[in-house]
Amino acid sequence: MPEGLSGQPLRRREDARFLTGAGRYTADLEAPGALHLHVLRSPHAHARVLGIETGAARTMPGVRLVLTGVDLADAGLGPLPCPAVVRTIGPLVVPDRHALARDRVRHVGEPVACVVAETSAEARDAAEAIEVSYDPLPAAVDGRAALAPGAPQVWMQAPGNQAFRFERGDRAAVEAGFACAAHVVSLDLVNQRVHAAPIEPRAAIGRHDAATDSFDLLLSGQSVHNIREQLAGPVLGVPADRVRLSCPDVGGGFGLKNFLFPEHVLVLHAARLLGRPVRWVADGSEEFQAAVHARDLQGTARLALDAEGRFLALHADMAADLGAYCSAFGPGVPTNSISNAMGTVYAVPAVLLEVRGAFTNTLPVDAYRGAGKPEANYMMERLVDAAARRCGFDPVALRRRNLVTAFPHRSAFGITMDSGGFAEALDAVEALADRAGFAARRAESEARGKLRGLGLACFLETARGAPGEWAAVRFADNGLVDLALGTQSNGQGHETSFAQVAADRLGLPFESFRLVQADTALVARGNGHGGARSLHMGGTALVLAIEAVLGRARRLAAHLLQAAPDDLAFAAGRFAVAGTERGVDLPALARAARDPANLPDGMAPGLDAEADNPSDLITFPSGAHVAEVEVDLDTGEVALVRYQAVDDYGNLVNPLLTEGQVQGGLAQGIGQALMERVVYDPDSGQLLSASPMDYALPRASDVPPLPVRFISVPTASNPLGVKGAGQAGAIAAPPTVMLAVLDALAPLGVSALDMPATPERIWKAIHEASGGGARPPA
Amino acid sequence: MYDFDYHKPSSVADAVKLLSADPDARAISGGQTLLPALKHRLNRPTYLVDLSGIAELRGVKREGDKITVGAMTRHIEVQNSPEVKSAIPALAYMATVIGDIQVRNRGTMGGSVANNDPAADYPSAVLGLGATVVTDKRRIAADDYFQGMFTTALEPGELLVAIEFPIPEKAGYAKMRNPASRYVMAGVFVAKTKDGVRVVVNGAGPGVFRQTDMEQALSANWSPDAVAGIKQASEGLNSDIHGSAEYRAHLVSVMAKRAVTDAG
Ligand SMILES: Cc1cc2nc3c(=O)[nH]c(=O)nc-3n(C[C@H](O)[C@H](O)[C@H](O)COP(=O)(O)OP(=O)(O)OC[C@H]3O[C@@H](n4cnc5c(N)ncnc54)[C@H](O)[C@@H]3O)c2cc1C
Repeated sequence: MPEGLSGQPLRRREDARFLTGAGRYTADLEAPGALHLHVLRSPHAHARVLGIETGAARTMPGVRLVLTGVDLADAGLGPLPCPAVVRTIGPLVVPDRHALARDRVRHVGEPVACVVAETSAEARDAAEAIEVSYDPLPAAVDGRAALAPGAPQVWMQAPGNQAFRFERGDRAAVEAGFACAAHVVSLDLVNQRVHAAPIEPRAAIGRHDAATDSFDLLLSGQSVHNIREQLAGPVLGVPADRVRLSCPDVGGGFGLKNFLFPEHVLVLHAARLLGRPVRWVADGSEEFQAAVHARDLQGTARLALDAEGRFLALHADMAADLGAYCSAFGPGVPTNSISNAMGTVYAVPAVLLEVRGAFTNTLPVDAYRGAGKPEANYMMERLVDAAARRCGFDPVALRRRNLVTAFPHRSAFGITMDSGGFAEALDAVEALADRAGFAARRAESEARGKLRGLGLACFLETARGAPGEWAAVRFADNGLVDLALGTQSNGQGHETSFAQVAADRLGLPFESFRLVQADTALVARGNGHGGARSLHMGGTALVLAIEAVLGRARRLAAHLLQAAPDDLAFAAGRFAVAGTERGVDLPALARAARDPANLPDGMAPGLDAEADNPSDLITFPSGAHVAEVEVDLDTGEVALVRYQAVDDYGNLVNPLLTEGQVQGGLAQGIGQALMERVVYDPDSGQLLSASPMDYALPRASDVPPLPVRFISVPTASNPLGVKGAGQAGAIAAPPTVMLAVLDALAPLGVSALDMPATPERIWKAIHEASGGGARPPA
Repeated sequence: MYDFDYHKPSSVADAVKLLSADPDARAISGGQTLLPALKHRLNRPTYLVDLSGIAELRGVKREGDKITVGAMTRHIEVQNSPEVKSAIPALAYMATVIGDIQVRNRGTMGGSVANNDPAADYPSAVLGLGATVVTDKRRIAADDYFQGMFTTALEPGELLVAIEFPIPEKAGYAKMRNPASRYVMAGVFVAKTKDGVRVVVNGAGPGVFRQTDMEQALSANWSPDAVAGIKQASEGLNSDIHGSAEYRAHLVSVMAKRAVTDAG
């Protein structure tokens, strides 16, 4: 790796823009002549739609269009596709998901009709004048309950509400492992449904050009090419090159904005019918019922150990709640994504994952920061700690005994891990944890009426997201250099980190680079955000594009300097003839390359180059974390008092940004462990956690300082040696924090507790463990 | 939000005139409750009467053995008021645990007490201290003022002008915050005044209420241990996704003990 800016903790170039309010978000953008679209949503979890009366709404002031599901059917719009590819046993049921419901609504918040008007208020007024007559039906609300006999049916074509059955692993080997085990632990676990809750709600502006019958969608999104793929052919029935998607600044996404949503279809279709731009901006609380939810996996996980504590087999039997429809990658998360990480950092010879996907009358579920890996790690770490506690092993020693230490390592599912500092991270975090001093800290807490617990967990991330990525390097007239990538930043700092990579390799000043992203007109292809993939996948594509630029530049330099290409040395942005003063720098070459007269025979003008990175390799970020909590026995409140991460992300292009990514993920993971929970009423299917007043998101005061120590074990899977850091925190924190809470409660006999560890749940657990006494005997 | 007209009078008399002229007019003080309701279209006032231009509604005064807080006094002003801090520190402390800094910079005591959200903080201090609610027309004793969830003795068009708090010998407050909203899950305000001991519970029930068993216990023995063992019945208490009625009942005993400790 070249010396230089890579590895430097540079502050983000985008900070000034974001911190001074100069960021540009979809809702801020001018769209002259734009109309406003408002969506009327189902108030029922499950109902037949008997009729929709739109007459009054159509005549209201400012109203230009009212659409229902029938109108979309007449217009021939296709259903939103589900591109997830999952090797299921038997079929994967993908019911039609139309942008507006037709004869039935299947979750609270499902779009039923939309109004387009001159102002947002007029659109809302008219939406209130639409009368929908519903015949309410019983609702299936919980994933596991929906799969049980007698549950209300969400879809005719999915008997028993089963969307799919998935199995991966060697059942016979797993059964053999359990048969000869000295110890078996089995846990019933719930990885609860959560909402990513980015600060910027979804928003979109749709345009249509009648002359060319082409569409333009400006959106707060994270994956323009993939969304276009799903939108153009399957829904609009036009070739992809007639649909342009682009995103301005995006105020957080965490995966939620990777997907095609009904509202995207609505603004484009309305723009086509009306010949004017159409704007839609979600309300903050609309997002809780109508965007997409995440996680929601529950079931039994079992671990078999021999007498010395070596892991023999791992088995998970899970129900995954998909919600009412298959969202884009909904079925892929609890299957493919989880299975890649099963067993995590441990050598487990036999693994079996069984998952049943369930339809329920709830909002669809899809990928969110970590997507599958939080689930795999949570079950593993809960099992390991339970095994240590029940069988009398030291929890750190038990982990150490089972860590993968020899690389490359082939997992039970045949996935090859090339590198990792698992043991190094565990040793380091154990030292930082000061386990020896814990007894004194626990006693000190107890003196203040608090129970203290220490949780230590390892984690493994399998980072890549969609395979393959594209990048281009383009020299502008003004001396600036555009770096175009098919990945996307929505706050991660790509304008900074990719400039660091390019500056070192091209020998040009950091300031000379501009990032081009998230626009299908300017970026040929790409897989956007997701899966902690940008530096690994996109950075590699960028390196390849830079190498192509340098190849062209070398050829031109050789021609201009009348030297053989191989006699030129490239350093600090300059090609020089070895052993002489003769040379030419890159900006001069870029200028010269514009004039065909300067070029050698057969060379096309310009130095610009693009490259595809065809890699489908996964990187394996990992680490070990420790948390300490104090539990208030009287109220059940948990205070997270200490946290330490020791993580491996390979080479760090920018340790400051890496640290920020890890800390942001940790905050979300802490939220999942202690606070966050999407709650539907189990009978009516009404959403009870419908705004931040009831959906508890962590605030700064809920999060202690989050120091991250890096150990860097570079990977050979990409030329930068980097591993993805974007999701790790949200993967590692839930088990680490929950193990600390369970450690605090262990002396009271509490061993079963699900996330989020809310004050009431803890109080109940204490209450039940103490046989009904309000406060357990000390 | 639906369309509405907007008025900003500069006297109580003008505000009252505006409010009584139209039953669908609404006063707005800090807007921390009303604005979200308007945004969600849960409320459709013809016009809003903004009270922030009325100087006589603002500020804290100490006169003899009472503290008078104007209706438009913001939570942050109560929190920082030297008069409140020295005379009724429990009330100043209470202001510090309302919502977050943005809410405290906008929200007002009058708005909170007029609204009487069962999960609000101030109503417990008003009832616990036996305060008097002063309106443009009359003086209402706290005992007669609170009438259950979001309901008070205020009549349509009646303006809350100030609240007079008798200065207690001792008072204390403890609150368990709702983890999402930071409103009260269960809270207890205790006070010892020349008229006796009061223990008021907020957050746990459909409105503020006095906990008479605890009042008796504290009258006999003012100490945290005197209330710690007294159980609150869970019947009639609130139950939601954050806490069952049983949990809230349990919290009442815990908060009572802490409130007495806080009072000293
Ligand atoms: C995020 C958030 C967190 C919060 N957390 C808490 C908390 O922890 N504890 C808590 O107690 N509160 C909390 N609140 C509420 C806050 O304290 C509000 O300020 C308060 O409830 C209402 O006061 P306001 O001045 O904003 O009233 P407004 O919203 O302006 O008005 C509320 C109601 O009172 C009426 N009204 C206002 N002034 C008068 C008057 N002088 N006479 C007659 N009627 C009047 C209005 O017409 C309206 O119906 C929170 C609010 C938010 C947004």
